[in-house]
This record gives sequence, structure tokens and C-alpha cells, in this order.
Amino acid sequence: MKKMSIDDKLALDLFRTDEEHPHIIVDLDYKDEEEIRKLVLACPAKCYKYDEGIFSFSYLGCLECGTCRVLSRDKIVKEWNHPHGEIGVQYRQG
Amino acid sequence: MSMREPDADVIIVGGGLAGCSAAIVLARAGLTVFLMERGDECGNKNMTGGRLYGHSLEKIIPDFAKEAPIERIVKHEKISLMTEDGSLDIGYQSGKLSSSPENASYTVLRAKFDAWLAEKAMEAGVEVIPGIKVDHIVVEDGKVIGIESDGEEMIANCVILADGVNSLLAQELGMKKELEPNQVAVGAKETIRLSESIINERFGLKENEGTAWLSAGDPTLGGFGGGFIYTNKDTVSIGIVATLSDIGYTDVSVPEMLDRFKEHPSVAPYLEGGEVIEYSGHLVPEEGMAMVPELYRDGVLVTGDAAGLCINLGYTVRGMDFAIESGRLAAEAVLRANEIGDFSANTLSYYETLLKNSFVMKDLDEYKGFPTLLTKRAIFKDLPEMVDDIAAKLFVVDGKPNSGLIMGIVESLAQRTSARELVDFITILLEAF
Repeated sequence: MKKMSIDDKLALDLFRTDEEHPHIIVDLDYKDEEEIRKLVLACPAKCYKYDEGIFSFSYLGCLECGTCRVLSRDKIVKEWNHPHGEIGVQYRQG
Repeated sequence: MSMREPDADVIIVGGGLAGCSAAIVLARAGLTVFLMERGDECGNKNMTGGRLYGHSLEKIIPDFAKEAPIERIVKHEKISLMTEDGSLDIGYQSGKLSSSPENASYTVLRAKFDAWLAEKAMEAGVEVIPGIKVDHIVVEDGKVIGIESDGEEMIANCVILADGVNSLLAQELGMKKELEPNQVAVGAKETIRLSESIINERFGLKENEGTAWLSAGDPTLGGFGGGFIYTNKDTVSIGIVATLSDIGYTDVSVPEMLDRFKEHPSVAPYLEGGEVIEYSGHLVPEEGMAMVPELYRDGVLVTGDAAGLCINLGYTVRGMDFAIESGRLAAEAVLRANEIGDFSANTLSYYETLLKNSFVMKDLDEYKGFPTLLTKRAIFKDLPEMVDDIAAKLFVVDGKPNSGLIMGIVESLAQRTSARELVDFITILLEAF
């Protein structure tokens, strides 16, 4: 099978986005690279990126698994909640 | 009970398998039930590997597989220990597998399956309310009396939490602690469309028959976890599960593990020409008995993944049958409380009694050593490499003199483990069983 980028994979999913209410609040000034590395490696949607010393995050494309909350609660992940009703990923297969 | 007039007898938070099961049992007994679901339909936030063992749903809907949107009935089991270019497989196919509704297991896709079960709940009289996220649990004088969503309250005699592995509501109540990285694994999965006939051919399956295939070793590059493949009707579910406490053991990310797994020489031929139609992610509770929270308090019960009711034995993974049973038993406890008109913790403790007398707690107890076993590097790294080495010694004939089978095995063992490590490992194995 041809290799797909994560963006191509996420584009197959149905999302209802709410760009005004992030359900995850992240501290992008967090400096501990080990902590950042865990999230970059674990997030199935690659919401966390660390390129050339720049740490970035987007909750759009989030699959709401809770991995980042468990790994970095009160460190990088300041707030993590389920999105509002009807918002976020809506699996058609699951 | 609150002095406020209840809107419903019971409010259930979460329209997954536990929630729908509880709802059906309660509504059939004549109670008014609200089932709150944050997805736009029940099942839309849910994901499984996955295979459902049917026995517990049989008790609620006998012969459910005749009408439910199951994918295939599992007749082939396969487990593999994988190295980068090798795979030692154990396959089992037998008339004994899925030979009756009570022992049958089915591959399922949750968005379809849960939507069907919610339909059954509606038929039983449940008020299914999708698209609503419950923000808080309403507590009055130390008793749970309802739920709050978007600032509006709904009052009930009893609330059943079936809100999944990330049960922020049980955590908010203090019944459940925050999840720790050693207690959960992240699953990432692709659903890949092939055709029914191609799946039958490649996996050697008859119509409607399915394969459940679990593997360890190379899928997670020796990290705690593994790979899974389940055949659906005209799609294949393929994914990686990785325990969070072992993230960082390799530099390969979870999404990259999945890409690698799809390209593994023993996996790729099955997927050739397939089209990915969905990508999903979810947490799996893995610590078993040790992570089971407080199951009841005044006016509230916790069920399913929210209660951590799941076991991963490596060769089989169970959670959905536990969720269904816990939902049904929670409903039974609530029905008894309803009869005597008392929803106190004392009365609702009957739920825990029922769970303890059921396979749920008995199995969690029986296998309580397994979570420890599955945090051993030996299983995920050393064992696959060792068996690959032994298998190569068995099967590769190159005309060079052979050291003999027993010596070959001893050499493979000695290269990878000390006598002490071996004894430790065997001790853990015996404890787990």
C-alpha cells in the first residue's frame, strides 16, 4: 500500500470543528524536551510537533483519545476536556 | 433522593456498550431512562480493535448476531511473534471456535454496532439524547442527584456513568483517580477497504468467517504493546497498541509504528490494493483489577471502560463483553434499588456483589498478574528475537554442519538471557497464570 501522511489519513475522518473553543490547552513554552518528545511520539494524530526547536500544537484533527492528558497532565497539558456535544471526530466505522 | 422532582428515573452518561446495555434492561422493566451521548450518534466516539465476545450480550438480546451489524464470526485465531523481517505464527482454526452463540466472537465496527444497540434501546423505550456532553454531575448533600450540561440540570434517582476510559465525571466525583501511563495503552487503527472476496481469499476464510490476529515484537519495536488485525466484512482493521509508560522506548512514533506494521513482510501482502477509509485512536484500560475505581456511591454507579473493566492477555483482549455485563448488572442493582425506593450507596453496593459473582471480577482476579507480565521487556523484545533465531535454525538449511536442535536452542537462549533472568521470567509467567 502507498504510504499516507497523517494529514491524508485524518482527512478521511469526519470532524465537526469548533475553532473558537479549544478542548485542550497546551503550554507551548514548556522547555523539557523529554516531556515534549513523549507527546510527539505518542499522539496518534500528530497534534504535537517539534521541529528545529519549535514546539507546536493543534487540536484540530485531535482524535480525543486522552493520551496527552495521561502523559503530561499539569505539565504541557494545562487543560484537557472532551469537546462539546457533536463537536470533534465522528467515527463512521470505529 | 433529592426533593426536586426527577426528570427521569435513571440518567445514563455514555451511549456505548455499557450504557446501552444498562438502558435496555432498565427500560424493559418500565423505568424512564435518559441516555446522554456526546457524539452525534451513539458509537461515533467509539473505537475497538476489535472483537466482541458475544456471551454477555446474548443474555440481553438472545441471538443478537442474526440482526446486529456484526462484521464476521471469528473462526480463525492467529498470534505472531515478529522481528523486523520475520514472523513466527501460531494459528488455530477449529470447529470449536464460535461453535454456539454463547462462545461466539465477532469482529465489529463500533460506529455501526453501537448505533444498532442504541436503536434497540430506543425500541425498549429509552430516551436517547445524542449530541450532548455532560459537563458535571450534580451532587446534593453528598448524593448524586443528576447531571449538568451547558448550565442546565437534569435530575434523576440514579446516574450510571458509562462515559468511557476518560471518565472525567468519575474523576470529578473522586471515585476514580487520574489515569497513569502504566494503566493505559494508546491504540491507533486504520480501517482498510478491500473486498469481501479478496479478504476471503487472502485470509483463507469462508463467507462470513473472520480472523483475529494479534502480534508482538516488531510492531512496537520491542516496546510494550503489539499489533492487531481483524477482518471485517469488506474491510480490515489494522492497528497498534502501545502502553503509555513505555512511550519513548524507541524513537518511532505511534503513527509511524502503524505505517511500519502495514509494511511488515508478513502483513503487507494481505493489504495490497486496499484503500484506507478511516483512521482512529483511543485509549485502552490495561491494568485490570488494580485500576478498578469505586464502583458505587449514593445515587451513582460506574460501568465499562470508565470502571477499567478490561483484560489484555496478549493472545486475547476483552473489554466489550465486560462492558455489556457491567451495564446489565448495574441495571439489575438499580432495579432493586427502585423496588425498595432507596438509591443509597448501601443499596447500590449490590452492583459490586453482582460483579464479584460474575465472570467480570472473577476473570479480572484470575488474570491479575498479567498486567505485570505485559510490562516485561523479555516478552516484547527478547522473546520474538529468540524464537526467530530458533526458527531460523530449524528451517534454514544451507549445507553447513548443524549444531543440533537442542544445542541451537541453548545457544539462542544463552545469547539473550542469563540463567537468573530466565528464572525470573519463568516465575513471572507462573504467577500470571
